[in-house]
Amino acid sequence: MNLSQTVLGIEFKNPLVLASGIWGITASSWKEVARGGAGAVTTKSLWPHEHKGNPNPTIVSTEHWMLNAVGVPDAGPAKSREEIGEYMKWNPAEGPELSRRVPLIANIIGLSAEEFAAIAREIAPLKPDAFEVNLSTPTFLKLRGKLFAEDEKEVADILGAVKKEIGGIPMFVKLTPNVANIGEIAAAAVRAGADGITAINTLGPGMAIDLKSRMPILAAHKGGLSGPALKPIAVRCIAEIYEATEGKVPIIGTGGVFTAEDAIELMLAGASLVGIGTALADHGASLFGEIAKGMETWCTSEGVRDVSALTGAMHRELIKRGMKGTSMKHS
Amino acid sequence: MPAISLEDRLPKTHRIAKIVRETEHVKTFTFNLSLGARPGQFIMVWLPGKDEVPMSVAMDDGKQLKITFFDVGDLTQELFRLTEGDLVGIRGPFGTQYAWNKGQHLILVAGGYGAAPMYFVANEAVKDNCTIDFVVGARGKEHLLYLKEIEGLKNTTLHVATDDGSVGHKGYNTEVLEMLLEGEKRLATSDKRLEENKVLAANRLPLTAVFACGPEMMMKRISDICAERRVDCSMSLERYMKCGYGVCGNCVVDPLGIRLCMDGPVVKNEIVQKIAEFGKYHRDDLGKKHYFRS
Repeated sequence: MNLSQTVLGIEFKNPLVLASGIWGITASSWKEVARGGAGAVTTKSLWPHEHKGNPNPTIVSTEHWMLNAVGVPDAGPAKSREEIGEYMKWNPAEGPELSRRVPLIANIIGLSAEEFAAIAREIAPLKPDAFEVNLSTPTFLKLRGKLFAEDEKEVADILGAVKKEIGGIPMFVKLTPNVANIGEIAAAAVRAGADGITAINTLGPGMAIDLKSRMPILAAHKGGLSGPALKPIAVRCIAEIYEATEGKVPIIGTGGVFTAEDAIELMLAGASLVGIGTALADHGASLFGEIAKGMETWCTSEGVRDVSALTGAMHRELIKRGMKGTSMKHS
Repeated sequence: MPAISLEDRLPKTHRIAKIVRETEHVKTFTFNLSLGARPGQFIMVWLPGKDEVPMSVAMDDGKQLKITFFDVGDLTQELFRLTEGDLVGIRGPFGTQYAWNKGQHLILVAGGYGAAPMYFVANEAVKDNCTIDFVVGARGKEHLLYLKEIEGLKNTTLHVATDDGSVGHKGYNTEVLEMLLEGEKRLATSDKRLEENKVLAANRLPLTAVFACGPEMMMKRISDICAERRVDCSMSLERYMKCGYGVCGNCVVDPLGIRLCMDGPVVKNEIVQKIAEFGKYHRDDLGKKHYFRS
């Protein structure tokens, strides 16, 4: 059974990716994730300038969901260059390390097409394996009142500006579930130069209130929702994106993946790669290796020889049964 | 394939049952609740509408929970102004804890507010018939904490060090630790502890362990002293934390990549010695490095 695959010319030893925003602030952290068995790592969002986050509490959860309003803090390009440079030159084969460097996806953020272009220009010379353009953090609602990923034109403007700065490095765009037409947004992103789609970012935002003090728990009051409750939304969004892009564009599926079964479900909906984030709460990096092992066991028992055969298999099954499409307008 | 689930990590507010002013800049809050916290673990302390910070648990006896804190930061200054009956949010406990063996000899080294979590250790360890040398250090007499409580513990010897010599040894508590370790061979063969030492020795357990909590440069010195002398040692490390349960990644240390909220705050010295940034720099909420003044 083979968990490895090549996506956009990048080799992945398994489909599991550290999602942006969880850990991933330093090279040490990416290396630990690689040692834990991940197929790739994504940086926390990188700004073209220092950006302050929110006061605490910024992250709280129940067994069903997590709310976060960290506020996308970042020390700026000098620190990003230092950490990414340190990771990209890491050659575990030279030391006692057991794992090799896995692909690094540089997640970038800004408040205008110019800012996105500026950070892309700073990072591109370090040759990350791919870029991921964050157009969908709920923090945008606080900073500018709306998400870029709600608007096809804004998506196209930013992706066009970034594309010019990154040479041939593949570009993913991270989308929000907070729209009625995520398939159309994804198709527009592809027309604007996106090589892949990451879906989905956190949902909402949501709120939680402390009863006795009658105060919102998050210092920023509202925060993006992730965790187990997000998974069905992620599955539906990925299915719609896969359909709208005719299965031609790789999708990094993220949202509520806690087990090998969750990862497989997102792949059946259309994901080629699967992001893991919230599940790392209370767990270590070895969770990647455990989930990969679980996927291998499942595939072996189901006679799946190549993990890439799972991608979009639900759509093929529907067609085989003479049922077409998953979006509301077809049902 | 076992299912992995999230745990409840919501803060809940509780009324402050009692406030004790320990020194000019230190207070202890008592809450009528237990989180089942063990010595060395921490909780996140939230003041609604302001901020939330990690704090060591100063005591959790199954009925009441205590925190002891300095009014050094923005939030702790706000907390300092609260009165009994006010609401404070709490979630946890988080992180690793101190572990000892029955009858073991412990040398606890506390700097500043480190005396509070170290007292929690002592209070629990004496129940396991441990003998304790408790070294408390501070700038001067007026900054010493928990002396009366420590003196009230059985099988516990208090040693005090002050920078200005206003009480106890004039100098650092690390110097007292070195003196105690010099005399350790003699101590370890004293009649009183010979029986228990036999049990520990038969199980190849260390006769003595050093636990430390305090300013980073003090702990760096203790880490090196214990590594040189091959003395079993654990200490409470501190890094900026947001979530407290392994999500945010702010407390990841170089070069190991481990999170101190999960693999700490109590870390064995063998690991501490591999944390290259320890005693050199720490990172802020943005991930930016700040170097310690040595």
